[in-house]
Amino acid sequence: MKRVIAYFLMIILCFVLQNTIFQALALASISPNLLVILTASIGLMRGKKEGMLVGFLCGFMVDIFYGNLVGFYALVYMYLGYMNGFFNKIFYDDDVKLPMLLISASEFLYSLIIYVFLFLIRTRFDFGYYFIHIIIPELVYTVVATIFFYRLINGVNRRLEKRTKRRA
Amino acid sequence: MRKKKRFSMPSKYLLLLLTLLCVGLMFVTFSASVSLSPVQTVSGYLIVPIQKGINEVGRWFSDRVDYRATIRELQEENQALTEQVNDLTIQNSQLVQDTYELSRLRSLYDLDVKYSEYHKVAARVIGKDPGNWFSTFLIDKGTDDGISVDCNVIADGGLVGIVTGVGKDWASVRSIIDDSSRVSSTVLSTSDGCFVNGDLQLMNEGEIRIVQLLDEDDKVAVGDEVVTSHISSKYLEGIPIGYIDSLSYDANNLTKSGTLIPIADFQHLHEVLVITDKKEMPSEVEGEE
Repeated sequence: MKRVIAYFLMIILCFVLQNTIFQALALASISPNLLVILTASIGLMRGKKEGMLVGFLCGFMVDIFYGNLVGFYALVYMYLGYMNGFFNKIFYDDDVKLPMLLISASEFLYSLIIYVFLFLIRTRFDFGYYFIHIIIPELVYTVVATIFFYRLINGVNRRLEKRTKRRA
Repeated sequence: MRKKKRFSMPSKYLLLLLTLLCVGLMFVTFSASVSLSPVQTVSGYLIVPIQKGINEVGRWFSDRVDYRATIRELQEENQALTEQVNDLTIQNSQLVQDTYELSRLRSLYDLDVKYSEYHKVAARVIGKDPGNWFSTFLIDKGTDDGISVDCNVIADGGLVGIVTGVGKDWASVRSIIDDSSRVSSTVLSTSDGCFVNGDLQLMNEGEIRIVQLLDEDDKVAVGDEVVTSHISSKYLEGIPIGYIDSLSYDANNLTKSGTLIPIADFQHLHEVLVITDKKEMPSEVEGEE
């Protein structure tokens, strides 16, 4: 139960932070994607099911407030969470390289999906421009943000795990 | 771990179930205009107060920073402003005379519905969309203040966007620089029709694309003002959008396209005005996006 509340709080916090402070901190009008960091981290740390559910909720929030097509972002984030869940088996608590790699890959995949489904489909063919001006900066910025946020999420996860172990 | 037999679904099936749910939702929201307002209202109660709070803190900080502007700067500014006030006073008296004349002429022509008479609501921008691909933002006024979907939004005297979603005390606005935005508009000087399309590639340079301008007499020049068109189904007539920055013939040699510098400052959008009057159209008319 504590875990569910913690997830809810983290999702709301990330969503709100990303909409307000991180849009104000945007460099060259590019801001990092905290929701991808959260979804990928939970998927990696806790497995497919929880990653999927957290991703679904993250995407659903985006859909409700900003999406034209409700369900699209929910679907994208959900699959990101699920895919990261596959790597749960090789997850070690103190390893930072794997999460960094996975979050970068998730972020890249996310951008690619957005491009294909929301831009390419409307005959915006200039992939080179979008790649250099949106995808790469967002990726770099997200990786930088990961350094801070991954530790936070991992810390919360560790606490929650300790609690359940003590109860056992 | 507590040993307790609980019903748990394998994640594969859960994924399938949620996928179907999402796809279903997409179809529903795409085909029929099913309202998700209950969900939106509930989540609005949760999110909007937090965002407002964070924005208050941010504003407090930026106020502190502004406060430190040196006295010298303020003095210079004061001097410049005094001169400007003098100029404007003269200009104003002329304009007042013009206004009297205009009102006389207007009553003469019976043109009583004009831009100046629309009902407006001021709102603060409290959030921007989380991605870098689109340009939509949230404002802190909603149905309580008479805002509904398709209300026009203006700032700095120019068009900013259109309300696409609304809750009790929030509304989401898609700006005209958004890649999926398309506004039917007119060049003021020649009354030639055209479309103003948002474009992600130009967004970073602070410009908007203008397309399908049919300028047979080749009279439209750089610097001409572009306003919303009278044939637009969602945008009210005559709201200024921006000034033409560049213009060239399309490959078909019939129409022109180019770029437009918007009047509203999209980089520093803090307060906007929402026009709560909407353009009344027969319901079967399909609007532009």
